Amino acid sequence: MIYPLQVVFILVSAVTLGAALMVVTTRNMVRAALWLVLALFGVAILFVLLEAGFFAVAQVIIYIGAIAILMIFAVMLTRRIAQDPGPQLNSTWPIAAVIALLVFGLIVFLVQVWDRAASLPPPLPQGFAPLQELGVALVSADRYLIPFEIASVLLLAALIGAIVVAWERK
Amino acid sequence: MSDPVTFVAKWLEAYLSGLGLASGWIAVIMAALGVIALGSAVLLLDILLVWVERKVVARFQDRLGPNRLGPFGLFQPIADVLKLLLKEDIIPQGADKFVYNLAPILALATVIMLWAVIPISATVAGSEINVGALYIVAVGALGTLSIIMAGWASNNKYALLGAFRMVAQMISYEVPMVIAILIPVILAKSMALTDIVESQTVWYIVLAPIAAIVFLIGAQAELGRAPFDLSEAESEIVAGYHIEYSGMKFGLFYAGELLHALTFGGLFATFFLGGWRGWGAETYPILGIGYFLIKSMFMYWVIMWIKYSFPRVRIDQMLNFCWKFLTPLILTVLSITAILDKLMSGLPYWAYVLGMLLSNLVILYFVYQAVGRYARRERQRVADPEKFRVNFPVKSTASPSHLP
Repeated sequence: MIYPLQVVFILVSAVTLGAALMVVTTRNMVRAALWLVLALFGVAILFVLLEAGFFAVAQVIIYIGAIAILMIFAVMLTRRIAQDPGPQLNSTWPIAAVIALLVFGLIVFLVQVWDRAASLPPPLPQGFAPLQELGVALVSADRYLIPFEIASVLLLAALIGAIVVAWERK
Repeated sequence: MSDPVTFVAKWLEAYLSGLGLASGWIAVIMAALGVIALGSAVLLLDILLVWVERKVVARFQDRLGPNRLGPFGLFQPIADVLKLLLKEDIIPQGADKFVYNLAPILALATVIMLWAVIPISATVAGSEINVGALYIVAVGALGTLSIIMAGWASNNKYALLGAFRMVAQMISYEVPMVIAILIPVILAKSMALTDIVESQTVWYIVLAPIAAIVFLIGAQAELGRAPFDLSEAESEIVAGYHIEYSGMKFGLFYAGELLHALTFGGLFATFFLGGWRGWGAETYPILGIGYFLIKSMFMYWVIMWIKYSFPRVRIDQMLNFCWKFLTPLILTVLSITAILDKLMSGLPYWAYVLGMLLSNLVILYFVYQAVGRYARRERQRVADPEKFRVNFPVKSTASPSHLP
């Protein structure tokens, strides 16, 4: 029995992984950034498949709309060095490969022993509004108010810092 | 028969399940057919828009516009499409071929993607996702990407400059526009566009006129239409990011631009003019499609009206207007709307509407005063620049001692 969602999942995952591989193997930096956009978009579709619409949309706004565009801008302003002629591997690549394989094996093992991985997730209760829950949780004093405020202050500090750095002193 | 779209969908679904398909696959087939139907309808409308735009521009400029082919020149767009298809397709030397070809497709596709969440009538809406308002912002980000791709891949410095200007403008004006969208979200207490339309017993343009105006200005800038058409300022950078494109690839950009304008008209109608709502639209959903199209077309006409009546602004004026005027204004309106919404939650609805309207009018009065003062000062400055001159201290290193 093949579910249509499974087909979509496999296709999207394959495209995401392929795009991620292209990001690190392409020598043209702008193209690498564009492949990164495709990989990030694939992750957004995976969020949609998990019925997490808010995360999918936030992924596209923040990662593609802000971060990827910023990277492309930075690369384009330095047009002469858009080609990366250097070697693509350094001497530590065997160690990295071993660690990556170990982590991959660990994840496969965990999914094997976790019994809920094979069953479909239970449907959400009727009338459950994840967006409202998230919003209330972020501003409730007994839940995530303090982390939320600290993150906001940090962002504000970064904003002011960026202005100070870019300030042209007369 | 009052709701043909749902009728056809129900009939198809029954037919498919009669063939013995699993319910999961039927859902996939129905979704795919829905995408094809909506996309084709929007693209067919797009062909008509070429005629609408040219005819309206002509009237604004006291001309007749296309009037040779067919009644009122209605068949002109078909001839235009044939011409674009037959034109030679040129790829400039040194261009990144793949990205160059992908950019126009992405430009049109992102506009069509916006229609996925717009409710067209009481029963017809592409997708009723609960983050519809945010989805629009996200798709707008993809549109920005298509422009930067076109500008870079053309291997032309005018194209790159046009793309930089356009992206700077889009990223800047996205901020006030997104905050303006948040105000209907606060009023409707939902991000789903279907809920926003359904809760508009009184159109939100009455409750939030400032947000509506800011949204319209933001849309104008997002579209790159005059007074914000710096990205294709002919006297400075020839044509902007699509300077190297010819034939149907340019056609895709052009079609995308026209459809984008109509889409923003539709979004304005959805957020502020009650979408498909109108007399009898609940009982006869087919009327809703008509109301929605009339409202969208009217707002499209307003966007064209602004475009063909205003001169182009300078780039510093464009950025100052966004960051020093629109953004603070809409942030103020947002906080006041949020506070008033909580304060007036117990009142009857007519008092709620009146309170919102009055608060907006008070803000508008102060804004009018401030803008008037600024304009007076600016006029004085232009009349007598000596009086306003600021002497910057000149650094000693500024002297060109390192030059021969």
